[in-house]
Amino acid sequence: MPSRIDTVATAAAAVADFVGRSGISDDAAFGIDMAVREAVTNAVLHGNRQDEEKVVEIILKSSPDAVEISVHDQGPGFNPEAVPDPTEQENILKTSGRGIFFMRTFMDEVDWTIRPGGGTTVRMLKRR
Amino acid sequence: MAELNINERQAGDVTVLDMSGKITIGEGSVALRTAIRRLLEEGKKRILLNLAGVGYIDSSGIGELVSSYTAIGKDGGQLKLLNLTQKLQDLLTITKLLTVFDVYESEADALNSFK
Repeated sequence: MPSRIDTVATAAAAVADFVGRSGISDDAAFGIDMAVREAVTNAVLHGNRQDEEKVVEIILKSSPDAVEISVHDQGPGFNPEAVPDPTEQENILKTSGRGIFFMRTFMDEVDWTIRPGGGTTVRMLKRR
Repeated sequence: MAELNINERQAGDVTVLDMSGKITIGEGSVALRTAIRRLLEEGKKRILLNLAGVGYIDSSGIGELVSSYTAIGKDGGQLKLLNLTQKLQDLLTITKLLTVFDVYESEADALNSFK
């Protein structure tokens, strides 16, 4: 998908369609939607820096136990542990920095890997 | 239909923005930012956001609420929130922003709180 802001809504709609057909609960679907929007936003803005030469790739997997979503960008990567906790007192009134917090809050597993050929993949899993 | 619809009305010296739709990255967040900037330019600094019709907000939208809150505060005004949906209330709770914003379930109570 292209590295544009409108990709966030397009990706979210595609994932919602997939999740809707996978028979997951409404609450879980809401959490997945939140997490996917944040992951794709990060891929477009921070990973690919809205460079339309670069793409965002989304891979969806459904199993009897869980739904797994991976979002891949072509950016230089980052250290998720270095992202400040937005709920710490000094960060509460910051206008950004809550995306990863939402991904971790709404999904059961979230991890990041830097691909050898370049780019970052965030893998998010929601158990049924 | 726009992602976020904003209807403005005046209740005494309080400007009420009735909002419906989504406050998400892109159009929704920009619409909120534009509305707040315009009100501040017009000298309208007592602002009540009626969020009853806002069913969805992302981290960008929450950032825009925080940005609006601080911009209005710096200008000597007040921003208050009315009629949060359960989902929005949950998001403000986990981000600890419910302790920052002045939130009301009754418009009359909200309007009285500005006096």
